[in-house]
Amino acid sequence: MIPLDQLLRGEKARIETIKTDKLPLKLIEMGCLPGNSITLIQKAPFNDPLYLKIDESHLAIRKETAKNIFVSLIE
Amino acid sequence: MSEHVKIALLGNPNTGKTSVFNALTGLTQKVGNYPGITVEKKEGICRLNHNAKGHLIDLPGTYSLNVSSMDESVVIELLLNKKSKDFPDVAVVVTDVENLKRNLLLFTQVKDLEIPTLLVINMADQMKRKGISLNLPLLEEMLDTKIALISTRENNGLEELKKMILDYRQLPTSPTIHINSIDENYFQNLEKTFPNQSLYKLWLVITQDVNFAKIDRKRVSDATDFKTQPTSYLKRIQQKETVKRYQFINNVLKQGLTVDRKAATDLRSRLDRVLIHKVWGYAIFFIMLMTIFQAIFHWSSIPQDFIDSSFVSLSESMKNNLPEGVFTNLLTEGIISGLGGIVIFIPQIAFLFFFISILEESGYMSRVVFLMDRGLRRFGLNGKSVIPLISGTACAIPAVMATRNIENWKERLITILVTPFTTCSARLPVYSILIALVIPEGSFFGLNYKGLMLMGLYLLGFGMALMAAWVLSKTLSITSKSYFVVEMPNYKLPLLKNVGITVWEKTRTFVTEAGKIILAISILLWILASYGPGKDFNNAEQIIKENYPELNANALEIKTNAYKLEHSYIGILGKSIEPLITPLGYDWKIGIALISSFAAREVFVGTLATIYSVESDTEDTIKNRMASEVRADGSPLFNLASGISLMLFYAFAMQCMSTLAIVKKETNSWKWPIVQLFGMSILAYVIALSTYQILA
Repeated sequence: MIPLDQLLRGEKARIETIKTDKLPLKLIEMGCLPGNSITLIQKAPFNDPLYLKIDESHLAIRKETAKNIFVSLIE
Repeated sequence: MSEHVKIALLGNPNTGKTSVFNALTGLTQKVGNYPGITVEKKEGICRLNHNAKGHLIDLPGTYSLNVSSMDESVVIELLLNKKSKDFPDVAVVVTDVENLKRNLLLFTQVKDLEIPTLLVINMADQMKRKGISLNLPLLEEMLDTKIALISTRENNGLEELKKMILDYRQLPTSPTIHINSIDENYFQNLEKTFPNQSLYKLWLVITQDVNFAKIDRKRVSDATDFKTQPTSYLKRIQQKETVKRYQFINNVLKQGLTVDRKAATDLRSRLDRVLIHKVWGYAIFFIMLMTIFQAIFHWSSIPQDFIDSSFVSLSESMKNNLPEGVFTNLLTEGIISGLGGIVIFIPQIAFLFFFISILEESGYMSRVVFLMDRGLRRFGLNGKSVIPLISGTACAIPAVMATRNIENWKERLITILVTPFTTCSARLPVYSILIALVIPEGSFFGLNYKGLMLMGLYLLGFGMALMAAWVLSKTLSITSKSYFVVEMPNYKLPLLKNVGITVWEKTRTFVTEAGKIILAISILLWILASYGPGKDFNNAEQIIKENYPELNANALEIKTNAYKLEHSYIGILGKSIEPLITPLGYDWKIGIALISSFAAREVFVGTLATIYSVESDTEDTIKNRMASEVRADGSPLFNLASGISLMLFYAFAMQCMSTLAIVKKETNSWKWPIVQLFGMSILAYVIALSTYQILA
């Protein structure tokens, strides 16, 4: 299990746990929930923010937020 | 009897909710404000059949009823307030067929409020290309509602939607999920305390930090006892609620929706590869901005020249055909010159909003937010500050309002404070007339000097905004939590109808709102310029005759008019500030224009036009008049040094009462607009002063 910000570009993973208190509810409601799949589509220059596909939503979040989401890689 | 149905339109951002609104209401819509706040309230009328009308409210786009911004709180305040005159008979939730799962979250929340709720699935035209098929009867049964499958792009399904709206009384109002199953203990307690109340409504009242002024106060204050639970506990329940809703939605979609992935073609990833590339992405953005600014300058100059000369001939023909007198003078010198000063902006405003709405509609703006966030954060801003900074090139007022989706208060405040530095369209006529007067012809690597100067002024505006933001981020001590969640929507070809309505709506608002101010100021100026105290003004003709007995009638009249203006009320006002502005290279007539520009910058050209036309009796374009103004030594008043000094003054000074008013509203304090007024204007004075002293 690794924090989301350590995922590499193009890698697909599954969300294992999230630090609910540190995440905006909006992000949770957009599908950032344990069990959902997550793909790192692109990193902006200087590796921040991250462009993700979470479940079926495409969204961008900052690295500091991504640190509160823990994922495990799917082959 | 004709029937009247009140309809609330809801939906996530980027679902085409506004397209549905536009398709239903067309040009009947009107934009106002919710009482007491500046959130835009869009309403419109829609004919449902020959004897029924729908009254639509287009609520701000929101991902959920759990609000995180002022715009979103409008949604929940309306839906929880049965006593409101706008409380809907039926809620219409718009979703995008490609994002159905996420979009349905809001639908389940709205339906749980026990309001008759219709589901609209938009963008049906995309289904084939994306390999999506829907089992509508099954979906209708499981979601317990009626579903309208529509395509605003192809104008399909809208008639069916209207029929469903008319039949709203048949819609079931049973909730989709049972909220007590989320946390039995908590909700049983709640139910005991408030029997016979909707638990979900109570739950929203407890968790939402919004202004419930209009909702039953007693209920709210009682309910706040339940807030004593730590917020982290409440948030965990909210998370469980979300999970519960998605379980329900997943179950529905598993049976009602199939996607054939092979049929899907992916435009998104191909475009993203270029548009957010670490080099090409920025290059494309920069080229796009430059193209827009060049286009605005070139394209609008043709209709603008036409408008300018039309107003001159209109004024001239009125002067020739109407009987001489005070009223004719007011009409030709005050009102028509003032109106000309408004109408001349229309092409530029229209082009700016045309480009901005295309950038937003296409989904490109979110990519710019993504690209710019890291860089802007260094200056204490946010990626989302890009939208206010770019729309600030049209007008600071909508730009300040566009900061509302920046969740972090400090970043939002800084964005509000620096946005007026970006070159708004009201500065454009000041710049374009001064550039035309003082910047020489010629070109540099194929770019002409005049265009380069304008580009330079735009860059200067952005640069100053960034510098000011950096200073503010170092000096303001505000701590606030920073959340940055941006949806990256699918790329879409902008709908011409939406772009057209935006351009029409914004231009019309400008003409009516700014127009009122400009017209009032023009009339006031004319009065102040046409009357004066004392014998200097009243006996001007006699005084001139005595002093210059050798002059012929024509020259005498010019001299007299000039003398009169100098001793009119406005002349006295301008003269009194002359010592302050002489070091900047301006005369007292420019001083008058500067004073009136503090109401609104766009008044500058109109003010000079009014002053010069009071002064002389022949009609000429504003530009020619300005070019013929001379100093005491006979050199032109508008030369390179004074022209640039004046442009820089307008670039930095806070000269817009409407912006100050909106900043006061958005920051809820007089402190910030006062900081802006003095900070920016002192900066402008110092810079203009040193520029003139160096160049002259």
